[in-house]
Amino acid sequence: MREPDDDLSPWVPRLRRYARALAGNRDDADDLVQDTLERAWSRAGLWRNVADMRAWLFGIMHNLHVDALRRGRLAVVALDDDTPDAVAPPPQASRAAVLDLQSALERLAPEQREVLLLVALEDMAYADIARTLGIPLGTVMSRLSRGRERLRLLLDGAPSVPGGDAVRLKVVK
Amino acid sequence: MTSAVPPPPPSTVPVTEAELHAYADRQLTPERAAEVAAWLAHRPDEAARVHAWEEHRRELRSLFDPVLDEAVPPALQRRARRRASWFDRPALAAAAALPLVLAAGVGGWALRGAHDAPLLAAAPRGSDFAARAAVAHTVYAPEVKRPVEVDGAHEDQLVAWLSKRMGATMKAPHLQALGYALEGGRLLPGERGPVAQFMYRDEAGHRLTLYVSNEKPGTSSLAANGLATADVRGGDARADTAFRFASEGPVNVFWWVDGPFRYAITAPADRAALTQVSAEVYRQLAATQP
Repeated sequence: MREPDDDLSPWVPRLRRYARALAGNRDDADDLVQDTLERAWSRAGLWRNVADMRAWLFGIMHNLHVDALRRGRLAVVALDDDTPDAVAPPPQASRAAVLDLQSALERLAPEQREVLLLVALEDMAYADIARTLGIPLGTVMSRLSRGRERLRLLLDGAPSVPGGDAVRLKVVK
Repeated sequence: MTSAVPPPPPSTVPVTEAELHAYADRQLTPERAAEVAAWLAHRPDEAARVHAWEEHRRELRSLFDPVLDEAVPPALQRRARRRASWFDRPALAAAAALPLVLAAGVGGWALRGAHDAPLLAAAPRGSDFAARAAVAHTVYAPEVKRPVEVDGAHEDQLVAWLSKRMGATMKAPHLQALGYALEGGRLLPGERGPVAQFMYRDEAGHRLTLYVSNEKPGTSSLAANGLATADVRGGDARADTAFRFASEGPVNVFWWVDGPFRYAITAPADRAALTQVSAEVYRQLAATQP
């Protein structure tokens, strides 16, 4: 891992990517990144004890995001075709589908969205997600499972679990 | 630990929901992944679910990966580097002038008289204490060679000395967990007697001071002009102890009253960071002072 002593710049693009997906628009996302960096610096004295810088930084962002949601600062607004420039325009052919994905993402419960995004965007191991969010591994798995099924329902109109509960075995803790 | 799902005994144990996700996310061991693939080969419905998850994951990447290539806004670039968070704000451009402003305030106090009455009336009660703490911070925090009279390596001596001079048991809170190491402390003249100042320093070199007084609040209270104040409830505060917050330029002050003691935490840190430090100091002091 890169030495973070004087510069958190290497983390900024990834923090921005995650924040954009979390917050849904550029301004709120970059505010979130900015607050995350400030809080990280204000606790720079803790860095020597941080084994996993990514989990620490994303954990800070998670806490700030949760605080913002509680205060109602981050309005969760579903995007539509008229919403300009939320993300870089995707290739034309997949545009409609991608916008659908973003709207669907915003309709997920925030805690499901977080887990889903850490997996999808950060390729984060489940155990690292548990550490980042400060939740048990079993909770990570159940949020991931519910989030994915909800996303599938929203995007494809698929029934949540084909074959009923037969395969919905208990999550291994 | 990279694999979230402990591998169950092969073949006889059915594939769990968690394992299906781990399969889609490439978080299974190759052996178990092969078994899950074989399991899925006979279950088209399950295979379709897993396929959909993988598809959504790819779509999420193509939707948000372009952010990685966007130019980072200058404000974020600055804040990614050390010191940016505290010293690069335009509003703090006049930070260097602050000690002079506050020092002028000190001079003004010596000359206080009847003409100060309206300002005095307007000043929130107790904010003179915060102002004195802020001045003490601003005077000593920039010191390179003599920030303290007794350094933190001699904490026992420091505490014994301050306790003797203050006529009360003093204690230097330990703030390492919050990133602040004790640098030491000094004795200062307060309004009517001695006050103690403990100084801490974080890794980046930013200083934080704890200002402690057990003077009885004077009747001739000093006005602290221009200190914006607000009431803040400490998360762990006793019912009669309100944390109060004052802000002036880069120096923020949190102060509170606890029995005969008044405490002020001063640092060029934001309100959230100060709240955290104050709560911790309050917690440690409350634990030792019944």
